[in-house]
Amino acid sequence: MGAPRTLFEKIWTEHVVVAETADTPAVLYVDLHLIHEVTTPQAFTLLRDKGLLVRRPDLTLATMDHSTPTTPVSTLKDLLVAGEGAAAQIRQMEANCAEFGVELHGFDSAHRGIVHVIGPELGATQPGKTIVCGDSHTSTHGAFGAFAFGIGTTEVGHVLATQCLLQRKPKTLGIDVSGSFAPGVGAKDLILAIIGQIGVDGGTGHVIEYHGEAISAMGMDERMTVCNMSIEAGARAGMMAPDEKTFEYLQGRLHSPTGGEWDSAVSRWRSLTSDAGASFDRSVSISANSLEPMVTFGTNPGMVVGVNEPVPDGGGDASFRKALEYMQVESGKPLTDTAVDVVFIGSCTNSRLSDLQQAADVMQGRKVADGVRMLVVPGSQQIKKAAEEIGLNKVFRDAGAEWRESGCSMCLGMNGDTVGKGQLSVSTSNRNFVGRQGIGARTVLASPMTAAASAIEGRVADPRPYLQQVN
Amino acid sequence: MQAITRIQSRTIVLPTRDIDTDQILPARFLTTTSREGLGAYLFNDLRFDANGQARPDFVLNQAAADGCAVLVGGNNFGCGSSREHAPWALLDYGIRAVISTEIADIFRNNSLKNGLIPIIVDASTHEFLLTNPGVEVEIDVVNSTLTLPGGTVVEFPIDGFARYCLVEGIDQLGYLQQQMDDIQTFEEQRPWTP
Repeated sequence: MGAPRTLFEKIWTEHVVVAETADTPAVLYVDLHLIHEVTTPQAFTLLRDKGLLVRRPDLTLATMDHSTPTTPVSTLKDLLVAGEGAAAQIRQMEANCAEFGVELHGFDSAHRGIVHVIGPELGATQPGKTIVCGDSHTSTHGAFGAFAFGIGTTEVGHVLATQCLLQRKPKTLGIDVSGSFAPGVGAKDLILAIIGQIGVDGGTGHVIEYHGEAISAMGMDERMTVCNMSIEAGARAGMMAPDEKTFEYLQGRLHSPTGGEWDSAVSRWRSLTSDAGASFDRSVSISANSLEPMVTFGTNPGMVVGVNEPVPDGGGDASFRKALEYMQVESGKPLTDTAVDVVFIGSCTNSRLSDLQQAADVMQGRKVADGVRMLVVPGSQQIKKAAEEIGLNKVFRDAGAEWRESGCSMCLGMNGDTVGKGQLSVSTSNRNFVGRQGIGARTVLASPMTAAASAIEGRVADPRPYLQQVN
Repeated sequence: MQAITRIQSRTIVLPTRDIDTDQILPARFLTTTSREGLGAYLFNDLRFDANGQARPDFVLNQAAADGCAVLVGGNNFGCGSSREHAPWALLDYGIRAVISTEIADIFRNNSLKNGLIPIIVDASTHEFLLTNPGVEVEIDVVNSTLTLPGGTVVEFPIDGFARYCLVEGIDQLGYLQQQMDDIQTFEEQRPWTP
């Protein structure tokens, strides 16, 4: 027996092609390369310029999500909703995938959707894999016990050409989550509280492994929400050991192993836990017991409070003051009186079926407040279909919300869905950065339940009273 | 990539903490298939008002910023999205180095791949630079040093391999391609296939 190892160390070691030295980084093998329309065109141009091929198209999976409209697209005019640049980018993606032989889930695919939603949905995301994508929220896939991280376009080119990346081994940060969630509190509130606790740079240079009873109790959708926002704490990746829930989720999916291969995969996956006594470079603990529904009040995800708690004063810090001015919120008061213009339910953080179900439970039989625009955007066409089969679309539409095709939508203002200047949005997405949802847009990050309650009340609202009425 | 050994310039200072890549280059400018010309949109929403007029109070719009190639930012510069368009925009605008007490991982990686030098400094050096905008600094990439006015020399951390590639003008893809035999052997010998 060797020294006890963390989950991350096991996966890292297994993928080192050439070991790192003082002078050179490791050559790390990539098992799954997810690509989308925005961060790849320049990489394909590089391949073309150098006369290179995609080395492993079979390990490359493409979709369109970022600059893709969430209104139905059947003609060029439909595509132009997001602008000429976006339309050209989408056409280029189709051409690149056709030319280089990459499986693309485009407009003709029933599996199109947000890249971090369809990877797991197709069963391409699996425990023990190294997964990369030209998108920082690639950390999402760590929920399956994969080492998954975002890369830039130059590195996308490296992976397309060689299936490998040059990497220095990151440090590890263990986060233990004890206890259990109170009703109306969940994964989104937890990850916001963690970012608030360790800071938006608290994970820089580290891979986070989340563990503890509250993590084990979560379903796969919730685990993905937590890992998704690891990057918001500056971490390279977030990950969790796979368990029976992971295997159950993956069994029978399109890219999942079958027959004897499934059995041997599961037996290999069972070893993917941190050994007893394995140590992390740093460790942090948090209890789920005392958590409340969380909302952000500033312009980064670490500026967060309980929905009924007063906004802190920031101790005179200039950046903090500037953030409050932009958000038009005051220290010393809770956000619950803040008027809401837009509610967005969607994004790679919170657009899965259970997210939509939780929002629908709050919305059921109720109306979106006058003057509030509510947009519900499923994470994939498969989720859209599943939600429609159980009538969630009807709950949202009857309430006065818009029900859309899948895509990144209002998470980032580049596909036609934007929040207007000065408008306040309660959003289930991951970034409340200045202008992220549109020029001058003010974003409050929250859970699907909090977002739904806020839509009903037309102000930032605690979802818990609505749950009691449901139950 | 062109070899980079030395940068000498006055500084531009943007003291705000946590400047994210959405502020460096808003997402709506990512609907491009090229990497050229993004400097026109660098810090777009900070630089221009809703009518496209330059905001006179923004540092890049001030005469003192002309010709500056070194940007000093608040702590945790470049956090957020992995968009390489952010360093592309900075370089296209003429910025050659970014200095802060912390620079986000993906942004730092992307910068090194494109010849934008990410420089992490201690809090007191940072404080000096934040409170003395426009000072002339010299960056020696070969020796990883930053020289302040008056001759104070501060060493900064930089991965040895990345520095070697910058100084020699080496494309990292070429280095990876030289490992192809090992990559092939790895694929053939691994106990399971993805």
